[in-house]
Amino acid sequence: MKKSLAIIFVAGILIWYGLERGENFYIFKKAVNICLECIGLG
Amino acid sequence: MLRVHRFRLIIQLISCGLMNPHIGNFLTGKIYRGELKNFCALGLNCYSCPAATFSCPIGAMQAVGGAANFNFSFYVAGFLILIGAIFGRAICGFICPFGFFQELLYKIPALKINLWRPLIYTKYFVLIIFVLILPATLTNFAGIGAPAFCEYICPAGTLEAGLPLIATHSEYRNILGELFTLKIFILVVTILTSCTVYRFFCKVLCPLGAIYSILNRYSMYTLHFYKNSCIGCGKCSKICKMKIQPNSEKVSAECIYCGECEKICPTGAIYLGIKNNNYRS
Repeated sequence: MKKSLAIIFVAGILIWYGLERGENFYIFKKAVNICLECIGLG
Repeated sequence: MLRVHRFRLIIQLISCGLMNPHIGNFLTGKIYRGELKNFCALGLNCYSCPAATFSCPIGAMQAVGGAANFNFSFYVAGFLILIGAIFGRAICGFICPFGFFQELLYKIPALKINLWRPLIYTKYFVLIIFVLILPATLTNFAGIGAPAFCEYICPAGTLEAGLPLIATHSEYRNILGELFTLKIFILVVTILTSCTVYRFFCKVLCPLGAIYSILNRYSMYTLHFYKNSCIGCGKCSKICKMKIQPNSEKVSAECIYCGECEKICPTGAIYLGIKNNNYRS
């Protein structure tokens, strides 16, 4: 259980750092447009 | 103690519905563009699927990894590690729509065969090369990398997004090429092999399954095995469709916590639930 909690703590730090960098905005921008690569028209 | 795995089918259906509620978009050819696309789905679900609400975590990982000013997504990695540390591959077994689709295909009467075991390591190769390295290194003139797994492999994207969008957009039909042929080929192979090998894609190709597999041993939701209660009948191993041994020293990276072994164990030596100190004793 302690290992699980330690991993969760590290994951929280990674999430925080990623959000600080603004990664979620980039993901949103990509996700709200049709991904031509995903549908085989890359 | 609530045995959630006994409601696995219901949970899978609800999960599919929650992740893909915009069914009307299949007719209009539009995709959801709301705020919930900021968040990653827990399972493999293409964000270009017309019905999808959330972003695909693997697509998101590649999108950020291929961005000119990022090479790696800490946000998505942290999110997947968080989910994996709590649920492990229970996400595969309960939540992932494409995993559920493969389970339905396996119900089709067909010859059932066992997978050649070393193939299960292919998914780690797919994760490292197609999800992490290629989007960050194979970039265009603008420094943007393509989502290599989505572009060259992902059958979920072809099925959920490619086919519906090509059906509703004539301009896409006019530019179909070899890449689409390749993706259709991979989709057909996945569908056919899933009829004969249980969860073929999950075992062999899924990079999300690879990530959750690594964390399976540390997840809070886990498979408990009480050695003192085990009589060595082997029923758990025989019924396991992921072809693992539930009655072993450590939790297998391939276990999706379907609960079949717990149901069949005659002595109660196996149970699924939140980890306690004696979960492997």
